Amino acid sequence: MNPRLRLLFYLALLAVALAAPYIVPAIRTQMSFLWVMIVFALTWDVLGGQMGYNSFGNVLFFGVGMYTCVMIQQHAGLPYFPGLFIGMAAGGAMAMAFAAALGWGILGLRGHYFAIGTLGLGIAAAEFAGGWDYIGAGSGLVTPLYPGAVGGRETFFYYVAFAVAVVTFFTLRRIYAGRFRLAINAIRDDEDKAEAMGLHTTLYKTVAWMIAALFLGLIGPVAGNIIGFIDPRDVAFATSSYGVWMLLMAILGGKGTLWGPVIGAVIFHITQELFWTYLLGWQRVALGLLIVLIVVFFPMGIMGWVRERWPERFGQRVDEGAGGAG
Amino acid sequence: MAILEVEHLHKAFGGVVANADVSLQVPEGKIVGLIGPNGSGKTTLFNSIVGQHPIDSGSVRFQGREISRLRVPAIARLGMLRTFQQTRIYGGMNCLENMEISTPRARPSLHSLFGRVPAAITEKAEGLLQFVGLYAKRRLLAGDLSFGQQKLLEFAMALMSEPKLLLLDEPTAGINPTLIKGLVDRLRRANEEMGISLLVIEHNMNVIMNLAEHMYCLAHGQLLAEGTPEAIRDNPLVIDAYLGAH
Repeated sequence: MNPRLRLLFYLALLAVALAAPYIVPAIRTQMSFLWVMIVFALTWDVLGGQMGYNSFGNVLFFGVGMYTCVMIQQHAGLPYFPGLFIGMAAGGAMAMAFAAALGWGILGLRGHYFAIGTLGLGIAAAEFAGGWDYIGAGSGLVTPLYPGAVGGRETFFYYVAFAVAVVTFFTLRRIYAGRFRLAINAIRDDEDKAEAMGLHTTLYKTVAWMIAALFLGLIGPVAGNIIGFIDPRDVAFATSSYGVWMLLMAILGGKGTLWGPVIGAVIFHITQELFWTYLLGWQRVALGLLIVLIVVFFPMGIMGWVRERWPERFGQRVDEGAGGAG
Repeated sequence: MAILEVEHLHKAFGGVVANADVSLQVPEGKIVGLIGPNGSGKTTLFNSIVGQHPIDSGSVRFQGREISRLRVPAIARLGMLRTFQQTRIYGGMNCLENMEISTPRARPSLHSLFGRVPAAITEKAEGLLQFVGLYAKRRLLAGDLSFGQQKLLEFAMALMSEPKLLLLDEPTAGINPTLIKGLVDRLRRANEEMGISLLVIEHNMNVIMNLAEHMYCLAHGQLLAEGTPEAIRDNPLVIDAYLGAH
């Protein structure tokens, strides 16, 4: 795509996204969650797609960010908006700290062992949060009341969620344009080789997880405030819903690409919302079927399929004029 | 002065002794050959030298520095690299990207972590791809190349990171005769023009006799003989254990 066309495309998307809450105000909350889902898929893909480390535990950072922020909102005695934004920043920082600490231990595991090792993270965190009275234990936390006009809350958090998603997308886009992507792709393709070439693999792996954690720690507070009630098992550390959806959306759209997770999140979220609306009572069954269909028919995802089909479009071609045999 | 000195190296896996009391030296700027029958412990010796596994006893010194306790990435960063018998490249990345990530490793800064690939690096990568004849294929996924081309790419990646010593594990295995000639030529040029010392495991006697200035022969984990290529070729012990009667 040429630069001018791309700019036009981004501007059109921006216009639609900004106008959406006024065009279809009835589904503002569902649309806010679309941005949350996009952040889920994008951040999961940093490790799962670009680095080849399938994590089932990323929801931990989402919950850590959410709890950190709401605790600050409730106890710091700040006015609503400073409390929220400072809380979000603290949530992101706390999530990064968790990723750094866990990374040194768990990122030493390879392949399936890493996946299994991370599976326990969200579950353990949910049990832990559910038993800690200071943060509300099993009865969870309620977020402070939004001070603005009735109905203003949904619009406000829609834009906050949108802003976090946009920042996530463009940060990753910038990072993927540089050496960092090459390094984590090298780890994905052959970690032993990367080590034999002297790459600082542990550092790259930890930093990659911290980047994913940062944005999950930022979007967690937003999701928590939209829902208004933080349950340790079903909201903050919801391994079996959010935790699994993250990787499904990334796989559906295409692992290891920038747009794949975004496309996957959009399709998955819309499908899911339609199931809830039209197949009430059967929505879980339909969702389960969808998951099976994704894994069976789109193992490489939509973008992966497109790339396989038209590799030249992704720059994979022989340079005819250059000569030289191999 | 020897760039690599291995002394009385011993490595056993349970009851199987893979390397027993092996000593060898690679003089700075030279090409040294290592031959021996299959299972004689050549690749294990490589793994011991580059820190793939801990050694039981003995010493490995690189540029006079004891490295037998260091691990693979640390040794690689000192300037000693190895290539693999089963060629290893980054299959999901294109050839140019494979090269661009194979730069020498200093301590990473924020800039080197998140910065873009400097133009000078890309230029150098393209130059080396030209050197091994893969320039036209630089945008193809490395995983889609033929085995021989992947070997050339792996060699180019090793050169890209400017090693002082390169350990090559059967560089010509599985490569067609025309390509072998080109590869040998490039190995020699890397040695002469870039000053890279080489330690080469090789089964192709024509190749190694041509290339190496000094050779070692392993059998059953022990050093059987060492000397000039001619001396090795005519050594009755080596003929008996490895070469066979002509």
